[in-house]
Amino acid sequence: MNPRREPALWPLALFPCAALTVFFVFPFAIMLAVSFHRRVEGGFFEPAFELSNYLRFLTPFFGKILATSIGLAATAAIIVVVAAFPFSYILSRMRRRAQSVILVFILSVLSLSEVIIGFAWSTLLSRTAGVGNLFHWIGLVETPRAYTPGLVSLLLGLVYLGFPYAVLVIYPAVSRLDRELPEAARMSGASPLRAFASVTLPIMRRSITGALILVFVFTLGAYLLPQVLGRPRHWTLPVHITDQAIFQSNIPFAAAMAMFLLLVSLALVGLSLIVGNERQGAST
Amino acid sequence: MSGLSIRSLSKVFGGLTAVDDVDLEIPGGKLICLLGPSGCGKTTLLRLIAGLEEPTDGRILVDGQDQSGIPAHKRDFGMVFQSLALFPHLSVAENIAYPLKIRGVERADCESRVQELLRLVKLPDAPRRRIHQLSGGQRQRVAIARALAIDPSLFLLDEPLSALDANLREHMQIELSQLQKTLGITTIVVTHDQREAMTMADIVVVMDRGRVLQAARPIEVYRKPANSFVAGFIGSSNLIRCRRVAADAVEAFGRTIPVPFGNGVSSAGVGDAMLSIRPEDVVVRPDLEKAEFRGSVEFVRDLGSSVEIHLSVQGVTLLSASSPRDRPNVSVGQTVGILLHTDRAAITAP
Repeated sequence: MNPRREPALWPLALFPCAALTVFFVFPFAIMLAVSFHRRVEGGFFEPAFELSNYLRFLTPFFGKILATSIGLAATAAIIVVVAAFPFSYILSRMRRRAQSVILVFILSVLSLSEVIIGFAWSTLLSRTAGVGNLFHWIGLVETPRAYTPGLVSLLLGLVYLGFPYAVLVIYPAVSRLDRELPEAARMSGASPLRAFASVTLPIMRRSITGALILVFVFTLGAYLLPQVLGRPRHWTLPVHITDQAIFQSNIPFAAAMAMFLLLVSLALVGLSLIVGNERQGAST
Repeated sequence: MSGLSIRSLSKVFGGLTAVDDVDLEIPGGKLICLLGPSGCGKTTLLRLIAGLEEPTDGRILVDGQDQSGIPAHKRDFGMVFQSLALFPHLSVAENIAYPLKIRGVERADCESRVQELLRLVKLPDAPRRRIHQLSGGQRQRVAIARALAIDPSLFLLDEPLSALDANLREHMQIELSQLQKTLGITTIVVTHDQREAMTMADIVVVMDRGRVLQAARPIEVYRKPANSFVAGFIGSSNLIRCRRVAADAVEAFGRTIPVPFGNGVSSAGVGDAMLSIRPEDVVVRPDLEKAEFRGSVEFVRDLGSSVEIHLSVQGVTLLSASSPRDRPNVSVGQTVGILLHTDRAAITAP
């Protein structure tokens, strides 16, 4: 009897490869090329090879914008993870049914677009219809006031946007955590707090790093929330990319900024992975 | 060598009583096995002793000192968990040194103590290895070494060998028992395996539904089970419904059978009872003349080390076990004579 031949599966891989090329590599290559093109005043752009678009970054103006963008994304990522870790921990210890209800709710937040989230928060924090009226009503403040735009309202929006992603990364790891591990630390003489710091946290380090990177990269790309909830000085690089591309019709400069943002976030992600691995190596 | 007293201890989890009014005196330096089916409360009892659970009622005393209100991390006990709970981010040596480091033991002292413990558990070459590089038996040894690192006053083990395969488990049972005798440390082991309990324990505590049914030396639990549950749980036993007609006799199979001793002879009166008799005390005789009872052979199973014969006597199934040397020459369907060694039987509550 002939052994049954395995059907060749490689043609199946063609589709994702083709899709990736058509929908990801091509647009990316076009953007890379455009970033070197020359802008035509009052028109579009013409093929060229010049570095002037990139050289514009070297001004303090863009340096400040980049610092603002990275600072905002990093702050949001840290707040999100600090909130999502205990949340996931408590969630994983609840009853099965409650867990799935809450998870479905958290995941449904992912279906909201940045626009909806932005305007919802902007309404909530406004003077006329916002939470300030509630504070006034229960006697917390003298007169209702607006809490938006501002740094706090922008951070609230970014945290809201990133929170479900962090739970998505941290929750599975927390629910897989052997509950006897912290107990073993306690039987070894560690107080609950020390058990958490010396056993639970180090074991969870990988997923915490993963959540930090994910939320950082995700909020770094936010371009609507800074405009809706922030002041112009909180405008991030993506806001300026939108501005250049749509309102200034300077597609080459917008493309160059996008390339720059991509490289910066890649570098930061790479750096945090290297640091993470080094610490892993140090404890070996 | 710390003695342990448990006084009317109870633990209720949301309406479910896991440990029900347990009293227990455990002398220092002994190995105690808490034995029972799953859900009998043995693990909860161990966790109460450890301080990982708060009792609903009752007290635990170690060397006469009440442990109420002392958190687990201040009790200075060592514990081996069912999952072993070795820290995956630490090496073997770091795992064992963890309790020492927490207590601020100096680095040099730490290292020599870890070496000593690794020799004790027969893993002298492993200190730098990672946990995931170890076999099941090696992990077991690391967990034991970590629990013993601080010379604990009590050594607690929650089904410590359940993850090992049968051969290794038997081997570790013997080793653990020898280790305990060398150290003379008061040890409490939770197990559902009666062979494990018989191998290791100085005292077996049989539990069911949160209650202690019997606490005695293994052979005593085997020979004089307190009730039919204990008789059935420790080894296999024939449990025969009978009527107790006198202090030392029961009526079964339409005959009066003398039973020289039964547990609780003085307390139990005349009435319904169970006669518990071990398979090795049921002897099958092919000749019918001298036999007390007659029965038919229903099934014969030759296990190599022993021969089991399933018998039917007046509708009751009896199990007989004999060594291959004494194997009676019988076949299925045959009517045979049966001799009961009632001097080793016990009368228990029904």
